[in-house]
Amino acid sequence: MVGLPHYLILSAFLFFVGVVGALARRNGLIVFMSIELMLNAANLAFVAFSRYLGDPGGQIIVFFVIAVAAAEVGVGLAIVIALSRNTESVNLDDATRLGQ
Amino acid sequence: MILWLVLLAPLAGAAIVGAMALGAARTGRPAPRGLAAAIACAAPIASFALALALFAALRAMPEGARLIEARAGDWLAAGRLHVPLGLLLDPLSITMVLVITGIGGLIHVYSIGYMAHDKGVVRYFAYLNLFVFFMLLLVLGDSLPLMFVGWEGVGLCSYLLIGFWFEDAAKAAAGKKAFVVNRIGDFGFLLGILLVFWTLASAGHASVSFRDIAAHRDVFSGEIVTAVCLLLFLGACGKSAQIPLYVWLPDAMAGPTPVSALIHAATMVTAGVYMVARLGFLYAMAPAASAVIVIVGVATALLAASIALVETDIKKVLAYSTVSQLGYMFIGAGSGAYAAAIFHVVTHAFFKACLFLGAGSVIHAMREEQDIRKMGGLRGPMRITGLTFLVSTIAIAGLPPLSGFFSKDAILAALFGWQTGATSPLPPFVRALLYPLALLGAGLTAFYMFRLTFLVFFGNPRSEKAAHAHESSRVMTTPLVLLAAGAAVAGALGVPHALRGSDRIAPWLHESVTGRVLGASPPQMNIFYPPEMDIWTAISAIAERAMNEHAGRDFLLMALSVGVALGGATLAWQFYLRKPSAPARIATRFAGLARLLRGRWFVDEAYDRFVVRPSEAFSRVTLWRGIDVGIIDRAVNSVGGGAKIGSYALRLLHSGQAQTYGILMLVGLALLAVKLL
Repeated sequence: MVGLPHYLILSAFLFFVGVVGALARRNGLIVFMSIELMLNAANLAFVAFSRYLGDPGGQIIVFFVIAVAAAEVGVGLAIVIALSRNTESVNLDDATRLGQ
Repeated sequence: MILWLVLLAPLAGAAIVGAMALGAARTGRPAPRGLAAAIACAAPIASFALALALFAALRAMPEGARLIEARAGDWLAAGRLHVPLGLLLDPLSITMVLVITGIGGLIHVYSIGYMAHDKGVVRYFAYLNLFVFFMLLLVLGDSLPLMFVGWEGVGLCSYLLIGFWFEDAAKAAAGKKAFVVNRIGDFGFLLGILLVFWTLASAGHASVSFRDIAAHRDVFSGEIVTAVCLLLFLGACGKSAQIPLYVWLPDAMAGPTPVSALIHAATMVTAGVYMVARLGFLYAMAPAASAVIVIVGVATALLAASIALVETDIKKVLAYSTVSQLGYMFIGAGSGAYAAAIFHVVTHAFFKACLFLGAGSVIHAMREEQDIRKMGGLRGPMRITGLTFLVSTIAIAGLPPLSGFFSKDAILAALFGWQTGATSPLPPFVRALLYPLALLGAGLTAFYMFRLTFLVFFGNPRSEKAAHAHESSRVMTTPLVLLAAGAAVAGALGVPHALRGSDRIAPWLHESVTGRVLGASPPQMNIFYPPEMDIWTAISAIAERAMNEHAGRDFLLMALSVGVALGGATLAWQFYLRKPSAPARIATRFAGLARLLRGRWFVDEAYDRFVVRPSEAFSRVTLWRGIDVGIIDRAVNSVGGGAKIGSYALRLLHSGQAQTYGILMLVGLALLAVKLL
């Protein structure tokens, strides 16, 4: 029988994969995908709790998250494109000019 | 109430006249000079009239309870300490008040004539009235701090008036010198007040009023009372121009001459003597401090008199003479003859004010010439000035029957009694020296004063200006005549019994200087007379002794002092009238001594070499380059530099890499989680 803990463990696992990817990888696109992974890990936890508690609120929040994630991807991809046009790479180590 | 009016009349005068001067300076229109002078003169004269009424009231009171007090609430309240804003009038302070307002009033009137053509005359009168106010506060204040306010206030006015013609850099510098030298003395005075407070507060009487000091003087132990007396005397040395702090007074002659008469001869410089007499009941408990006062007094009297022998500036001669006479007052105060010291304050106020005002009259007639070598023969054109000057000269020289003889003789007799007394703490050979030295000083006094008179008023005119001198106006000569009259007869206050007179001033002041009127209990010890005698009896015994003990010995002492005075006067007559070539011959014979005297013992030079320049060098090298630049500036710069270096290091954390920030955030969150869980 698959219960709430299984979903939460999967969610946590996915989240940490996302965290490690977002912090350790230098390719901008991979970092993006990792962020999406974290968002979706959160979505999974929301849905699981919603089902467990019989409260549809969690599922509604998931819709919001999906909408925000879509917007974020829209903005984020535009930034990555602008970056690759300027530096001809999507390596984030090349994008540190703000600190200089 | 009347007491407050006495004090506040000059303050009101200063405020009104000061406002006029300020208004004139702001609008650029000339102030009403006549009105300002009238108000300024009215103030001390009104005070004098009120003081006469108070004097009569005090006379009517029974002996031992002649006291009028006025309180106007607390001035300072800090913890247990309450300093009341109060005035205290007793025989001692009324004597001073009468001198200050009476002679001060005459000098105000004289100033109308003397300052008539000065453009700053309104400002001058404002300062003069302010001075009278502070001087009255000094003598009327009923606590040490209030006295100190007056003490500092007169110092301020003295500074303002010495530097009155401040466009002249030398005169402004003289004012500054007076201020700085007085500061040293005032520092001692302040420490003395604090020590009094500390001692009384430790014994549970947190107060510094004269009443409480008198009532609880038995809590002062031997060492403490010596320290208090010496510290306060340091203040007196500054204000009353005693060794080692006398150097400011001769320079103070840069001020207008009536100021020299009022502040630097008749009143302010006697504040130190007044203070010692006011606290006579403490000084009478401090044998060592009293001995120091006597020695300083003798040394100052002699040193200043010796310099006055060769001075050629008419005002400088009088200035050194003042320093010397103040020395005599301290001799009296140190020997326990407080009444004799105050007696000399009074007589000196008359003759020295008259001498200074006479000098002012001469300077006016000589069109600002002050060199006595260029004068001569002035008694012809300036009959009144010459006559009054001569009367005052005879008085100061100590020739009977003028006033100086009686007061100086009382002091000399007291000194003689003190040094032969069993309880003075000095070794015998020092003691044996003091009276002859003081007597020698009296002879010198007669010599330099007659030298001055002969050079200025007798002989033939030695310059064009002297030949064309003319007498000053009535407004200037009238005060001269009144002062000379006072100088002639003020001695009647204390004629010794040996001369079939009666001593009025010592019994009058007795209750003040013993603190009896303030409620002081007679303590067991006294230093001046056999130990078993209590202090009241001892002080009156000293006063008695100063005036008359054995008629035989008294006549001997009197004959001695008259003898030296006559000797000095005759010598001056020989040197400066009969054989005018003699002084130069003697100066060449004793070239070294003459050089030393003309150089004023090079005291100013020594101070410059050993005090002023080292402290300048210390300020420049150690304080400025060392501490200011080396430590303070460096500390400030280091703080700035440190912040710069620190921020440069911290800047490296900002790589601009969002992922680095993300890791830091994660670490932070993890730590927070660990902490919270």
